[in-house]
Amino acid sequence: MSLSVESTAAEIARAVNARDASAREITETFLRHVDAVDGAVGAYLRVEGELARAVAANVDARVGAGEGLPLAGVPLAVKDNMCLIGTKTTCGSRILENWTAPYTSTAVQRLLDAGCVPIGKTNLDEFAMGSSCENSALGVTRNPYALDRVPGGSSGGSAAAVAAREAAIGMGSDTGGSIREPGAFCNLVGFKPTYGRVSRYGLVAFASSLDQIGPLTRSVEDAALAYDAMAGHDPCDSTSLDRPLERTATALRDNLRGMRIGIVREFSLDKLDAPLRAAYERAYRDLEELGATLVDVALPTADYGIATYYLIAPAECSANLARFDGVRYGLQVAADDVNGMYERTRAAGFGPEVKRRVLIGTYALSSGYYDAYYVRAQKARTLVARDFASAFERCDLIASPATSCPAFALGAKSDPYSMYLMDYYTIPMSLAGLPALSVPCGWVEEGSATLPVGLQLCAPHFAEAVLLGAAHAYERTTRHAGRHAPRLEVRR
Amino acid sequence: MAERIDVRYVATLARISLTDEEVERFGAQLGALLEHVAALGKLDVASVPATAQVVESRNVTRDDVSVPSLDRETVLDAAPHRQGAFVRVPRILTE
Repeated sequence: MSLSVESTAAEIARAVNARDASAREITETFLRHVDAVDGAVGAYLRVEGELARAVAANVDARVGAGEGLPLAGVPLAVKDNMCLIGTKTTCGSRILENWTAPYTSTAVQRLLDAGCVPIGKTNLDEFAMGSSCENSALGVTRNPYALDRVPGGSSGGSAAAVAAREAAIGMGSDTGGSIREPGAFCNLVGFKPTYGRVSRYGLVAFASSLDQIGPLTRSVEDAALAYDAMAGHDPCDSTSLDRPLERTATALRDNLRGMRIGIVREFSLDKLDAPLRAAYERAYRDLEELGATLVDVALPTADYGIATYYLIAPAECSANLARFDGVRYGLQVAADDVNGMYERTRAAGFGPEVKRRVLIGTYALSSGYYDAYYVRAQKARTLVARDFASAFERCDLIASPATSCPAFALGAKSDPYSMYLMDYYTIPMSLAGLPALSVPCGWVEEGSATLPVGLQLCAPHFAEAVLLGAAHAYERTTRHAGRHAPRLEVRR
Repeated sequence: MAERIDVRYVATLARISLTDEEVERFGAQLGALLEHVAALGKLDVASVPATAQVVESRNVTRDDVSVPSLDRETVLDAAPHRQGAFVRVPRILTE
C-alpha cells in the first residue's frame, strides 16, 4: 500500500514490516510535511531530523535482519519533558532551555525499541502545568483545526503534531488531564493509563503521585499499540507496577454487548452549552446502541476534585521543582551568596504559572498550614477514590464529557482559576489513579470554526484492555474523527 | 480556612525572589485560590485516612549491589560551573 502522512501507526508498521515501505522513506515524507506546516502550527520546539534519519536507517536494518517490530518506522513526537539522550529537554522552561538530556526515559526507549522514529520534541505548558500550552516560555502552539485557538495542554505540542499529521504517535504526560484534554481539543484519542503502568523514569517530575505517560493518536488501535510497547515494570521507577500486563491491541472489540457503562449523576449535561450537550447525549445513545447498558452512578465528591488537586499537585510540584536551583544543571544567575543565586535563578528561570504553583504548594506544606490544607486534601483524595470504587461495583466503565467546552481562543483565559476549571471532568480520575481516555465523539460550530468534542471513558485500575476495547467499538461505529480535516497553511 | 498569604515570606521559603508587582498579583491570585479550596472544609474527613498510595501499597527495595549509572564526567558537565571534580557555587558561609 502507499503510505502518506495520513497513514496510521498500524498501517505504517505493517507496511515497513512487510518491506512494502522503508522507515527512511516514511521519515522523509513526515519531515517534509513538518517543514511545510509546522511554521503555522508550532507543535515542535525542535525537529531532530538528523537523529530521525539515523534511527530510521537502523529500523530498516533491523527489519532487514528479520526482526518484527510492532511500531516499525512509526514517526513519534516526544513531549519535551521526557529525556532523549543527546537532545535538549526543556520542559518549555527558561530554566532548562539549554539542558541536554544525558540519558533516555524508559517510555521513549521502549517506543524506540519497538521501531518508532523520533521526529522531534514538542511544546508544552511549562513543566506540564497548564491546559492550553500557553504557559510555555519557549513558543506558541496552535490548534490545527482552528489556528487562532489553543491545542489544549499541557501535552498540546504532541497533540497538535499528531492532529497536523506531523507524527503518527505523540507522547504525552497526564497529571490532571494533560493528555485527555488536548486529545479532545485536537480530535485525537488521548489515553492516560493506570497510575504506575508506564515508567516515569526520565519524565521530568511535576506531581509524582499523579504523573502518568500515555499516547495521543488518531485511532484507538494506535493508542493500544503504543501503550503495549510502553507499559510494564521498570526497576528505575519504584512506583511502576510490577504485575501482569494484558496486551490491549489484541483485545479491541466491535460492540459493547454485556457491558455496563456508568453515567455520573454529578456530571449533569445541563451544565453545558446546547451543542456540546447534544454531542454527549448522542454519544451516550450510541453507547447504548452498541449494546451497553447505561447505569446511573454517583461520585458525590466529584465537585471537590479541583480543590483537592490544586493543593496536592502544587505541594508535590514545590518539592519536585526544588531541584532547579542553578547548581547541578540548567540556568544559573550569578549572585554574591548561594541563597541569592537560588532566588535569582528561580526568579529568572520559572514563568508565572510555575511560580504560582510553587508558592501555593510551599504554603500548603508550611508549618501551621500542613494539616489544614495538604493533609485535608489527601483525605479528600481518599473519598474520591472510594466514590469510584463504589461506582465500579455497578458498572464496567464510566462515560462522561472530557471537557466543558471545545478548544478556546488563544489568550481567552487570562485568569489562572478559569484555566484550572478546564480539568473539572479529568481530575477525579487522576486523583484515583484510574485509566481514562478521550475519544472523538462529534463536532460543534463556533463562529467560522468546526471544533472536535471528546468523550471520556474511564475504567477500574488495570483494566486498560477493557477500556481500549470499548473505545475501539465506539470509534469504529461512530467514525467522528474523519469527518473534518485540519485547516493548515502549507508553506512551500 | 482561607487566609491572606504572606507571599513574600512564602517566596523566601521557596527560594524565589519576587518583584513588588508579583507580590501584589500572586497575593491576589493565591488568595482567590484559597477561597476556592476552602470548600474542602465542608467535607467530613474526621475518620478518613489520608491517601498515601492510590493504586497499591508495597515496600520497594532492591539488592544492595552496585549497578552502572551515569558517569561522573557526564554529570559534572551538566553543571553551570564546574571546577575539576566539583560543582562550583557562590559563597555559602559568611564571616
